[in-house]
Amino acid sequence: MILILAMSPILAAIVLVAATGLIVGVVLTLASILMHVPVDPREGKVREVLPGANCGACGYSGCSGYAAALAKGDTSNCSLCAPGGSAVAEKVAALLGLVAEPSKHQLTAVVKCRGTCEHTQKRVHYSGVESCQMAVQLLGGPGQCTEGCLGYGDCARACPYGSIRMQDGVAVVDPRLCRACKICVGVCPKKIIVMLPLDKKNAVNLCSNHEKGGVARKQCQTSCIACGLCAKNCPKSCITITNNNALVDPEICVGCGICVKKCPTTSMEMMPRFAVDILGEVHLEETKQSA
Amino acid sequence: MDKSIPFILLTAILTNNFVLVQFLGICPFLGVSKKIDTAVGMSAAVTFVMVLATTVCYPINTFLLVPYGFAYLQTVLFILVIAGLVQLVEFALKRFMPPLYQALGIYLPLITTNCAVLGVVLLSVKEKYNFVQSVGNALGAGLGFLLAMVIFAGVRSRMETCDIPKGLQGLPITLIAASLTSVSFLGFSGLVQGLFGA
Repeated sequence: MILILAMSPILAAIVLVAATGLIVGVVLTLASILMHVPVDPREGKVREVLPGANCGACGYSGCSGYAAALAKGDTSNCSLCAPGGSAVAEKVAALLGLVAEPSKHQLTAVVKCRGTCEHTQKRVHYSGVESCQMAVQLLGGPGQCTEGCLGYGDCARACPYGSIRMQDGVAVVDPRLCRACKICVGVCPKKIIVMLPLDKKNAVNLCSNHEKGGVARKQCQTSCIACGLCAKNCPKSCITITNNNALVDPEICVGCGICVKKCPTTSMEMMPRFAVDILGEVHLEETKQSA
Repeated sequence: MDKSIPFILLTAILTNNFVLVQFLGICPFLGVSKKIDTAVGMSAAVTFVMVLATTVCYPINTFLLVPYGFAYLQTVLFILVIAGLVQLVEFALKRFMPPLYQALGIYLPLITTNCAVLGVVLLSVKEKYNFVQSVGNALGAGLGFLLAMVIFAGVRSRMETCDIPKGLQGLPITLIAASLTSVSFLGFSGLVQGLFGA
């Protein structure tokens, strides 16, 4: 045998490589058996149920991270998945024998600014990189109002569902496409994107300006001037004026619409109707039925 | 030619940098260099595998391939051994060191057949290094990889906010930046010879 190998170098080379391959294979097989790490089979099942968007809205590193945490018992809250909503929460609950906490509301992102080109003017001419993150570093942005939407579309670029578009210099969220992953909330350098319930009617103050009334009015025609008419007239007294800006508590608001009628600057709007108005289409049929 | 360990280390890190001078391991260099922390993770994994591969391949070469006249099988056998080795290391890390597995885990499969790892083993053989010198060369190559990755990740993170002409966006500008970084490393040529007077 050894003689034949010594005689034929080709054969010897084949045997050598094959033997090495065999040894490596056997060692790897043994290693995979010996060092087998038991994986919870439920983890894979939960992972399949999750949408796989890896948006991180649950607070974990991605869908796999959330599935692992659920399977390990690190968390028993199976309604953390915002894109999946209550449907996914129920499926996960069924897999793990948990009770799906009724998710409070179907949420949508809302940009709290309507300072479009016709309502407000630019303070300086900015010709730098087309990015909010960059523009905000120069005097807080080029607009008259330094607290409103900058309009360079960082949120629109960050949205994995393409639900945000720039219209007249202001970001507008399409609630049909928004999956409430909150990525835009983190991206916006002005922090003017908030999450609001989509499945109930409620008022929202579409202005983030904290200047005093006169100054705010000069900066933007639709700014909140903190006149307090909305707060005085709200039957549920769910509106508070803090720091010259009216804030509606969406949990208490019943959507009566009185504040919207009273608001002298049209900064107060009804949710989700304003989305229909700005987009110029009627597309929230499901919401209308429930409301 | 001087073959002291500091000489080998400095040569591998600066003058003969595996990525920027010898153009080995370009795939992870372009692929994983978007953020500095992932670049560091990848480089740590590469360094680890390079040293390990050299430690295993050196005896195979010296005691099996060379004495029996199979030196021409080096490339084939080394790639086989390295691929198996990386897989084995992955199993072991997953079982015994989960935190390290979390840190390196996703990069390990990527480097099973990385040409920089194969290159460091083959070049050590070509230079006729002994065992300690080979390991030193592997360590230096890994550190050089780390240096190149971190520098380039820094360059790329700066480019993120640049207004790049449309035709150059993405890979083209990355390649241009890579070549400029590479040219900058030419400045080190002659440095080690000057230091060691060889």
